[in-house]
Amino acid sequence: MTMRGIVLPALLLLGWEVASRSGAADPRILPPLEAVARTAASQFRDGLLIADLAASIGRDLAGFAIGASLGIVVGILLGLSRAADLLLRPSFDWVKQIAIFAWIPLISMWFGIGELSKIVFIALAAFTPVVLNVCEGVCGASHQLWEVGRVLTFTRWQFLRRLFIPAASPSMLTGIHLALIYAWLATVGAEYFMTAGPGIGGLIIEGRDRFDMSQVMLGVVLLGLVGYALNHAAGALEHRLLRWRPA
Amino acid sequence: MISTPSAAIAGRRPGAATAAARHLGRVAAALVVPLVLLLLWTLGTRHGAVSRLVLPAPETVWNALLDMAGSGDLLENTRISLLRFVLGFSAGAVLGFALGVLMGLSRAAEDAIKPLFTALAQVPAIGWIPLLMLLVGIDEALKIIIIARAALVPVTLNTLAGIRNVPAGFLEVGRVFRFSHAQVLRRIVLPAAVPPIFTGIRYGLTHAWLALVAVELLASSEGLGYQLVWGRQMFQLDVVLAAMAVIGSIGFIMDQGLALVEHRLQRWRSAGT
Repeated sequence: MTMRGIVLPALLLLGWEVASRSGAADPRILPPLEAVARTAASQFRDGLLIADLAASIGRDLAGFAIGASLGIVVGILLGLSRAADLLLRPSFDWVKQIAIFAWIPLISMWFGIGELSKIVFIALAAFTPVVLNVCEGVCGASHQLWEVGRVLTFTRWQFLRRLFIPAASPSMLTGIHLALIYAWLATVGAEYFMTAGPGIGGLIIEGRDRFDMSQVMLGVVLLGLVGYALNHAAGALEHRLLRWRPA
Repeated sequence: MISTPSAAIAGRRPGAATAAARHLGRVAAALVVPLVLLLLWTLGTRHGAVSRLVLPAPETVWNALLDMAGSGDLLENTRISLLRFVLGFSAGAVLGFALGVLMGLSRAAEDAIKPLFTALAQVPAIGWIPLLMLLVGIDEALKIIIIARAALVPVTLNTLAGIRNVPAGFLEVGRVFRFSHAQVLRRIVLPAAVPPIFTGIRYGLTHAWLALVAVELLASSEGLGYQLVWGRQMFQLDVVLAAMAVIGSIGFIMDQGLALVEHRLQRWRSAGT
């Protein structure tokens, strides 16, 4: 079972190594594996690798936190207030159709190409899925819950805290999970387009500009690893937080 | 004689009228926020409270849109973007469908391919752009490959899941009818997997559209994404905003169209079960 899964990647790596060693492929296009490893080691020794990773993950999480918290507030508002839903929802539905990366030129003109711009853009990317899912979760809270609340003469705050937030938490967590994925996508896009400052995206673009394939490959591997770790962490957290629900 | 039908019509009217009024009310409510924003935007730019470099007046953006449309730039850029989108998406969807069917039908293929596939899928589609620029340059091939990659992953995964989740009962019916392998595939497995495959196609389209904009921003000299970059470099915010409106409109039309198709497919499904 597991052995079969290793065959293809192993063949790929072997083919790569043979091609770059034998001179069949241009080493500038396909650097030998140890060149990639050497780049990683030297970047790590200089402390650059850690700085880039920390910068990327830091701005990813900062943008995510801002976007997701705003998204929860707006989502609850749209879900609970019919007036807010009627007034804001159609505009929101239209604006969300603008492909997220199309905001980059505008945001970079408004906020420059520094840290602020990147975080605003990442927050925007995280905002949309959270609003949609939170709103859906709150609206989906059953009518019976309303009645229970009314019988218990809940205050508005108790309604929210005791009924709607728990009822909406599964879809809220789905939204947050999606937001984490989108935020990482946006981090990569922001770093590619606004290359100022440290970050994995900047590392890759610098590698491309110097035609240093091993640096580009190292960066791409890091993108994949961080994306995987974020996704995995979100999945585990979701699973944990929803354990209280009957299966 | 005459009074009966007219009474019936009169009796039906209030219901129809309230429904129409409610619809009108919804449309009116939907327009409030855009109109208020438009008003603020107009007032803010008219009295110079907001610099033209930060936000050009609405009529400037409208004129930019008309200019772009009049000069043929808009049509040409839209045509180029849509062509890339269609080519890239079709390539990715066909390949994704084939991979999904292959892995769905053969456990051996899934065991062999899935780990590598999953590992490569961890890098977002746009993440590959700089690497591919070194490999294939910045021509059409780059755009098509990135867009195809964006569509490939959701189509593959949903096709695979769709085939795996075909109810066992359906397959038993096939066995009772002594269907051949080809018949089982064509008559049972694929039709049952249509809804999840369609979901995959829908995600694929969304991801492909995102990837198109990203790749045109980073490496292109034509297309809607390039129009955005050009506007930014020239500090022409009106062009940037006009291009965003076009990108949003195309996205909106695509989303509505897909919702319609999905609705149709679900109707077929409920009628079939």
